[in-house]
Amino acid sequence: MRWVSVLKASVIAGVVAMAVTIASSPAVTGQARTPGVPRLNGKPDMNGLWQTINTANWDIQAHSAKPALAMRPGPVVPVPAKEVLAFGAVGSVPSGLGVVDGNDLPYLPEALKKKEENQANWLSRDPEIKCYLPGVPRATYMPFPFQIFQGDGTFFISYEYAGAVRNIYLKDPGPAAIDSWMGQSYGKWEGDTFVVEVTGFNDQSWFDRAGNHHTEQLKVTERYTMTGADHINYQATITDPGAFSKPWTMSMPLYRRVERGARLGQFKCVEFVTELMYGHLRKEPIK
Amino acid sequence: MTTAGVTLTAALLGLVAVGAQAPAATPAAPKPATQKAAAQKPVTQKAVAPTAVAPRPPAVSRTSDGRPNLQGNWTNATITPFERMGADRPLVLSEEAALEEERKTQNAIDARETASDPNRGAPPVGGEARKSPNAEPTYLERVWQAGAGVVGGYNSFWVDPGDRVLRVDGQPRSSILIDPPNGRAPGYTPEGRARLAAATAARTKAGGEYDHPELRPLAERCITSFGNNLGPPMLPNYFYNNSYTIVQTKDHVMILTEMVHDARVVRMGGTHPPASFRQWFGDSIGRWEGDTLVIETTNFHPNHGFRGSWENLKVTERLTRKDATTLKYRFTVEDSTTFTAPLMGELEFRAMAPDEQVYEYACHEANYGLEGVMSGARSQEREAAKKKSQQ
Repeated sequence: MRWVSVLKASVIAGVVAMAVTIASSPAVTGQARTPGVPRLNGKPDMNGLWQTINTANWDIQAHSAKPALAMRPGPVVPVPAKEVLAFGAVGSVPSGLGVVDGNDLPYLPEALKKKEENQANWLSRDPEIKCYLPGVPRATYMPFPFQIFQGDGTFFISYEYAGAVRNIYLKDPGPAAIDSWMGQSYGKWEGDTFVVEVTGFNDQSWFDRAGNHHTEQLKVTERYTMTGADHINYQATITDPGAFSKPWTMSMPLYRRVERGARLGQFKCVEFVTELMYGHLRKEPIK
Repeated sequence: MTTAGVTLTAALLGLVAVGAQAPAATPAAPKPATQKAAAQKPVTQKAVAPTAVAPRPPAVSRTSDGRPNLQGNWTNATITPFERMGADRPLVLSEEAALEEERKTQNAIDARETASDPNRGAPPVGGEARKSPNAEPTYLERVWQAGAGVVGGYNSFWVDPGDRVLRVDGQPRSSILIDPPNGRAPGYTPEGRARLAAATAARTKAGGEYDHPELRPLAERCITSFGNNLGPPMLPNYFYNNSYTIVQTKDHVMILTEMVHDARVVRMGGTHPPASFRQWFGDSIGRWEGDTLVIETTNFHPNHGFRGSWENLKVTERLTRKDATTLKYRFTVEDSTTFTAPLMGELEFRAMAPDEQVYEYACHEANYGLEGVMSGARSQEREAAKKKSQQ
């Protein structure tokens, strides 16, 4: 997998850079300043369009390629479910080594059962199918770009998928007043790493199309570390005593979209699911 | 801008200039001397740019690259309508008239907050029209009546339309629209009228208004805000959630509209994409003219332009930070293939209180309204069919 080697290279580069920095300026701060990173007001400048390249949205854990997400028993081997059969190879699942550190998810027994039910009922349960807001961290690795707006005293992320947005507060807003799909984000700099604590979630979003889920006790700690002008090392630590016996972490690089004229598109998919969600309520439903 | 438009603009500027000579009404906001000079400056569209030649107002905070800092949470809630009510009303109201308007609005809000009589009988079939506490219902009351009907609808707990008459540079205003000078939208060109008629005919042909989800309003479908919150132009909706967040970087300005969490990304510089590329809310390009952010938007979506205009629609917005709590907003709407004259309007956005937040407006995720509306229509049809079969 490409991202694994990129990540390794980044980590090695980071370690080397840290060593060089510490060696050359021992008296400064003890915090490494990553070289080759654009800066804004002294901090890494993450403004721009970013996207992951991985298959985490299919399944955050290691998975083989397979004909479709929704399958049914066949006479010889399982075959794609009726609803997705027409997609052919377009609806097939690409493989991936996963993005979860250590791969295993420490589900509590009840939560694991629910995950398996979710997986079996993917078509009717995955919020992505209905164009619902993706939650965090799923928004990061949806197969769409997102744009970071980092201004003076501001940090805002706009996602192409479903027009999801997050205003990352830079002053502690206190406990979230209400639960929400995208949560309440509070970010602060730890040296060159931007650390975001996300709380105040509802229990509706998923982590992927494989049915991985959480409860409203979810807390996500994200770490954005620029390793070069066009790469961010992204880590998300999941703490949810309602679903997991201990915290776990996923990590992946974010790549800058560098092509000429790259810009955030619009994927306002609410319109696209009109027939799926309301077609049965037409005066005469389409046959 | 057509010749006629220029003439109208010039006439209007005369009107504004007269108003500008009246004593400033808000004591807290000293009016910069340049504002008056700019208002009196005549004639062309370009010359209207309020701060193109103005020295920097000292009190405005700036970003590290020296631009006025437009960032923060803003609201454009007001009780002043987009179009003027009453043909003979002037654009600029007296402070007394404005206070009277605000008092009547408060009456209406208070009336809606009165506790219901628990022993009241059932409402009449078709609902009970709410009595206005005012001799003449205010603009808000009319909007609420139209928006929520007489059955149920929102009481005052749900609405947060603002309770203030719009004031621009301290002048109370009778409409957001300042040009045409009568404060009414201009007429349609024959082409514009034909296009509207064709769109109406296509909808009628598709079915009744409850037959298909696509025939329901975009706001009810959770695709856009109601009113024209995001626009552009960004207008108040007179119900609630007239909140915006602006984040500004060196090369982009992001304007988030709380309702339905739509982020408009304004690129600083560049060119518009080909006409075949269309986006909801169009394609916005920004530039600085002195301390004013000018945003030009084209490439509008067929389903979301301005009053029947989209293909050739161009909206130009000017945002100027006047002081810590005020963002002046002026806009021009142009489409000579649709309207007989351009439209120009003015608003002021006010800073939201520091402890007020813009919340997630997850509309589609819990859209029981659309489902209820559609199911209700089907239920009525079943009942009607049953009645018919019994006859």
